[in-house]
Amino acid sequence: MIENKSIGSKIFDLCNVIILILITLACLVPMWYILMVSVSSKEAVNAGQVAFWPVGFNLLSYQKILGEVAFLKSFWISIQRVVLGGIFGVGCTLLVAYPLSKTNRQFPKRNIFMWILIFCMLFNGGTIPWYMTMRNYHLIDNIWGLVLSGSLPVFNVIMAMNFFRNLPSELEEAAYVDGAGPWTSFIKVNIPLAKPMIATITLLTIVGHWNDFFQGLVLNTKQSNYPLQTYIQQMVVTQNYSTMTVEQIEEMVQLNNQSLDAAKIFIAMVPILIIYPFLQKYFVKGITLGSVKG
Amino acid sequence: MFNKKFLKQYYLMLIPGFIWLVLFSIVPMFGIVMAFQNFNPIDGLFKSHFVGLDNFKYMFQLSDTKQVLINTIVIAVGKMIGNLLVPLIFALLLNELCFKKLFRPIQTIVYLPYFLSWVILAKIILNIFGYTGPINTLLQHFNIDSINFFGRADLFRPLVIGTDIWKGFGYNAVIYLAALLGIDPTLYEVAAVDGSGRFSRLWHITLPGIKTTIALLAILSLGNVLNAGFEQIFNLYNPLVYSTGDILDTWVYRAGLVQLQFSLATAVGLLKSVVSLILITLGYWLADKFAGYKIF
Repeated sequence: MIENKSIGSKIFDLCNVIILILITLACLVPMWYILMVSVSSKEAVNAGQVAFWPVGFNLLSYQKILGEVAFLKSFWISIQRVVLGGIFGVGCTLLVAYPLSKTNRQFPKRNIFMWILIFCMLFNGGTIPWYMTMRNYHLIDNIWGLVLSGSLPVFNVIMAMNFFRNLPSELEEAAYVDGAGPWTSFIKVNIPLAKPMIATITLLTIVGHWNDFFQGLVLNTKQSNYPLQTYIQQMVVTQNYSTMTVEQIEEMVQLNNQSLDAAKIFIAMVPILIIYPFLQKYFVKGITLGSVKG
Repeated sequence: MFNKKFLKQYYLMLIPGFIWLVLFSIVPMFGIVMAFQNFNPIDGLFKSHFVGLDNFKYMFQLSDTKQVLINTIVIAVGKMIGNLLVPLIFALLLNELCFKKLFRPIQTIVYLPYFLSWVILAKIILNIFGYTGPINTLLQHFNIDSINFFGRADLFRPLVIGTDIWKGFGYNAVIYLAALLGIDPTLYEVAAVDGSGRFSRLWHITLPGIKTTIALLAILSLGNVLNAGFEQIFNLYNPLVYSTGDILDTWVYRAGLVQLQFSLATAVGLLKSVVSLILITLGYWLADKFAGYKIF
């Protein structure tokens, strides 16, 4: 579109670019800041000298982390949880979504199952009954508690179901003519076609497990069983200044090793940053997929 | 095509997922009985005494209940409005961007905070707003006294609402951006030929073009009225700001899992679940009726 822009319009364009760049920086600078704190010297951080560039650059914090068994252990628990939870979660999601993607004629009882799912998505018993149930299942201080306690991710099931429904039915019919059953058709026809959707729900499941701290906190009585986010959450930077004087606060700040804490926080972000390009690629599709109707 | 042999296989496929659902979603629902009991973990669900609606009556007699409810609704509604408008404004600005080369990089960066957990973001936010953080350092340059941002009850709600919008606006804008792409470009060309300015095009073409999307998102957010965001507040609050920042979910956590008043906490949780269920159902019903939106 070619048009002569008025001066007012040009000024708007300039302001718009500046505003958008500032907004974008606002989403990046906090993470950058924590990285800078982690590689700066403890003294500079405590004196409030660190902002956008490292002051007294060193990697001592990262070196120290390598020696912190509790941190490494919780990192390992989180990895286990993500792998087990990812495989189990995505597997169950796809297996439930496929039959439910069939029409009412192919699968007459479909709607009953659908309503059960929707009800479970919209209503829950609340934190306390859930916790009591976990206790009765003996899933306290148990990695399987972390893997299973979230129950079937109904939202992902609906997304997967809508995707299967929108695949051209001719392919499946051709497979049936060749003598394939539902399992063959599911594994050999539907799964290969559904790669972008599977990537989306895998990423959502992984991020969900990695980011959860609450189940890790409530379902574990021993600190050595905490996943990484719970470990970070319990880390002592809890700023409870309520009854302190300014001097006491400053003293407490001196004792804290903010650089070390920042390094731990940054390491906890790294896995998300690594899969971020993939998240990027698939999740926009994921959002729109979920809303497509068959 | 109906095939009886296939049907058996379909049921087989449903089994693992539905066992999981029954054990971890439906079984806990029976625990709701606790809300009507004086629950004692030693006696369990079957032997504890039933007390009728006593827990609910007691709940409304408690002095904090009203404040907690007000906090929840004020924060939740603030977030609902902010999360509707800020992404919209951002999407409109991005849509007007004249350097198209910047479009992708900006979009890529702004939804980074959405994928990070509140644990991480809360630690970062507390650091930045802390005594030795960059904001207070900056204030000192202008000779303003340090502010204990997250220790002040009057600042807590705006900070919580603001940081929540910051975390989600990039992600929430995606739906608006998709809707903006759906507007017929010839409309803009015709308007340009007619000599209408940018603002008038925004007002007469762009906004009417996405008004269904805006309405739909507004209706679907209805269910969040009692949902002020547990993970965020739990990681940001402290006893100093309970008066303005304590919400239903954090209250339930402390009453139930810290003070072990299981029945009372279950009752409060149940009330929240029921009200939310009604609101969400109402939202979906309205969305279906006015915009033809169906979740499945």
